[in-house]
Amino acid sequence: MKPAEHNVERCGGASATPPSPRERPRVARRPGGRWLGAAMFLPAILYVVAIIGVPFLMAFLYAVGDVRVGSVGYHFVGLENFRSVLHSPAFRRSLFNSVIFTVGSQVLVIVGAFTLALALRDKFRGRGVVRFLVMLPWVAPVSLGAIGWKWILDSLYSVINWLLVAMHLFRQFDAPQWLGEPKLAMMSVILVHTWHVLPFSTVILLAGLTAIPRDIPEAAAVDGAGFWRTLVHITIPMMRPILNVALLFGIIFTFTDMTVVYILTRGGPYDSTQVVPSLAFFTGILGGDLAEGAAISLFLVPILVIVAYLMLRVAHRAEVT
Amino acid sequence: MAVVETRGLTKVFKEGQLGAVNNVDLVTREGEFLVFLGPSGSGKTTLLRMIAGLEQPTAGEILIGGNVVNHLSPRERRIAMVFQSYALYPHLSVYNNIAFPLKAQKIKKELHREKVEWASSLLGIGGLLDRKPRELSGGERQRVALARAIVREPTVFLLDEPLSNLDAKLRASAREDLEQFHKRIGTTTIYVTHDQVEAMAMGDRIVVLHQGFVRQIGTPKEVYDDPADTFVATFLGSPPMNLLESDDVVVGFRPEHFLPADRLREGSRIPLRFRVTYLEFLGAERILYGSLAGSRFEEKEVLSRLPAAVSEAFQVASVYDFGVASESLRFFDRQSEKRTQPKAIAWQ
Amino acid sequence: MLGHWSVIVAFSVVLAFPFYWMLITTFKQTSDLYDITNNPFIFNARPTLEHLRLLFGETLYLRWVGNTALAGALVVFITLLLALPAAYALARLTGNWGQRLGIAIFLTYLVPPTLLFIPLSRVISLLGLQDTIWSVVVVYPSFTIPFSTWLLMGFFKSIPKELEDAAMVDGLTRFGAFVKLVIPISVSGILTVVIFAFTLVTQEFVYALTFIAPEAHQMVGVGVPTFLVRGDVYYWGSLMAACLITSLPIALVYNLFLDRFIAGFTVGAVK
Repeated sequence: MKPAEHNVERCGGASATPPSPRERPRVARRPGGRWLGAAMFLPAILYVVAIIGVPFLMAFLYAVGDVRVGSVGYHFVGLENFRSVLHSPAFRRSLFNSVIFTVGSQVLVIVGAFTLALALRDKFRGRGVVRFLVMLPWVAPVSLGAIGWKWILDSLYSVINWLLVAMHLFRQFDAPQWLGEPKLAMMSVILVHTWHVLPFSTVILLAGLTAIPRDIPEAAAVDGAGFWRTLVHITIPMMRPILNVALLFGIIFTFTDMTVVYILTRGGPYDSTQVVPSLAFFTGILGGDLAEGAAISLFLVPILVIVAYLMLRVAHRAEVT
Repeated sequence: MAVVETRGLTKVFKEGQLGAVNNVDLVTREGEFLVFLGPSGSGKTTLLRMIAGLEQPTAGEILIGGNVVNHLSPRERRIAMVFQSYALYPHLSVYNNIAFPLKAQKIKKELHREKVEWASSLLGIGGLLDRKPRELSGGERQRVALARAIVREPTVFLLDEPLSNLDAKLRASAREDLEQFHKRIGTTTIYVTHDQVEAMAMGDRIVVLHQGFVRQIGTPKEVYDDPADTFVATFLGSPPMNLLESDDVVVGFRPEHFLPADRLREGSRIPLRFRVTYLEFLGAERILYGSLAGSRFEEKEVLSRLPAAVSEAFQVASVYDFGVASESLRFFDRQSEKRTQPKAIAWQ
Repeated sequence: MLGHWSVIVAFSVVLAFPFYWMLITTFKQTSDLYDITNNPFIFNARPTLEHLRLLFGETLYLRWVGNTALAGALVVFITLLLALPAAYALARLTGNWGQRLGIAIFLTYLVPPTLLFIPLSRVISLLGLQDTIWSVVVVYPSFTIPFSTWLLMGFFKSIPKELEDAAMVDGLTRFGAFVKLVIPISVSGILTVVIFAFTLVTQEFVYALTFIAPEAHQMVGVGVPTFLVRGDVYYWGSLMAACLITSLPIALVYNLFLDRFIAGFTVGAVK
């Protein structure tokens, strides 16, 4: 195979006679070229545009209008919905919660996933089983995993509380209300979400770790570097692009998700765990205020744009190198 | 059976750049084995792929059996092609690989078995029909690829470096197989290679390509003995022809013609002093590396290739009386690098 | 060495614990579950199949599983129908901008349900698909197609071009070579996409919650946490049984194909 053959002859050697094609050279097509290509990918593009692009535009239209479930007609109200959303304490609270939720869980995910990936890098007996076990939170449906946690964190029958009581750290009647107290509830949803996303980040980082050529850490070891020095000066710098990928996916999966919050707390108690997506759901779907709900979910767009841009940079750099 | 002809065939991959194939005119002869020979990047594969219909020419015409086929897709050209990797379909058995063109051409199902058996027995692979390609050796794969090519009785065979994936030992026998195969079926065959030994051994004629241009078309003897330009002169032959520049001409002679003076007839001998700097003993022959001494070509590097029959001992750093017969000299224009008439030049 | 093992054990225990807990809960008698003086790690009373009997006999659990399987199969079908040709076109026919278009398609995978569910719920009710599994069948391909196209593009690019050239010389059109050669060769890639799309359908929660209300038409991921709770009463035994029984097969299959999904997710940042 010599794919280079097609475009090697760029420089005319001194001995080459100048090209004298009978027609002006045009860039030629491969047989069965462009039209077939377009016909083959257009259906997919059209489908995705219809289901993603159209509702996306509708979301903007709703957000600048006054649509409610069952209402007829549409009145343009400009930025009114955005203004009222920005002034509503519930929204401010949820935006703040979303940031805490995302930052908190992503810090835990990256640290935890990196540690776990390092531990799983080298082959050992039973690695397949361990991998299956640690992957469970990601591969099982998240709503079902979360309901499992709801049982574990139950106000009365929590197994964690039973342990704490058994260890005499708490007494039965003042055991922590994991989902009932604002601060604890936030901590709980963060931890449960971390539990859900961590395996995904782990396998991504694992793919990055195994891609580091074996001889580089070995050379570092020969040069006298210990575990920590190799980690800080070799492994982490080489993992930068893949760490970025894991982090970007993690941010998307966290900032835009409402499943864990919805199942565990429904945003409560007192909106203390309400995040932007769940607020949009309660406002737009359950509350029927489509306009305000759409305006709330559009606050996810800036985050998406930034992440998409960064993702493109990663992909572009991967293409160049 | 048919001949393939190209007229002004040109392929430009990126506008504004020199073409991969430039203005190629050539005509095959009935039943001949034509070899496209050139270094990598010479455009030989692109030329072949245009004939197959896998690349659209930028300009020019392709004729098969006298008809212009530019607008025809590969499947309509009645050609068969054997690829460098053999391109055997990995998920199909040998039988189904060979039957694939028959199915694709919607040939009646009843005829399949008969035709597959004919093709496979022609290539001696009747016992392999149930295997998968990955279970075959390199030589067997080549045979399956050939059987798949021949089963639809094409008018032209196109072979794209089919031996380059084989190891050296297998290559010789596979080459032998190919020659026998061609003799038996007698179909016009175009064969692409960068290996001059293959080209010389198998080709009825050789098309030497360089940077997308045809440099010479001729029998192996013609392109070796009478190269059309300095590129052909140095590309063919190993080690390559010695070239000396003199005023407006370049004079060349093959290393095997550069011999100790006493091996040459006195009358036509041009005497040259040769300072040996390095010796290679290759069994059947010796290669002497060195430079000319004491003439106007002082310090010019030249090679000598001595058959085993020449048994004298040579010492590194010593100077010997060598020479070359004047009829072994080839002359090229220094500007155009093309072959010119013999000229008298001053040697001393 | 000891550190290594303690990390592995700690992570395995924490990450897998809820599933262990589901298992224990499934077989415990209700009286055992709701006695806070009992050690919850052991069976204080005889194990029971009562929760399973309730789940299979008196809830619509099996119906939800069936709905999900049917929706999954339909989504897989739509996804393959559209993503296979699209991926082939982007891998082979569209030249330089194929790669860029591929990345653009991939990025649409990042668009979350929570951004679109409000207008989509309107579209779905306009189409009359509200409260049927057809609502999710229509909507889910919007995220299975992008990622599947991206995955398949990688598979198709790894097929040697010479094979398709050979097929075209042997008498097929470009499209014929795609149907009769490329697709049969890519069976393992296609299987990966089938599993991926199917598991995504089983895992999705937000759209299913938004579009489908009646108990009988639920997808399993919504039906279990919604309808195994009556008012304020959680049927924990049956709930945990349903979670475990649904999760394990999905997890097992997904795990088999995990490495291939991850290759798609790394966006070329790992070579």
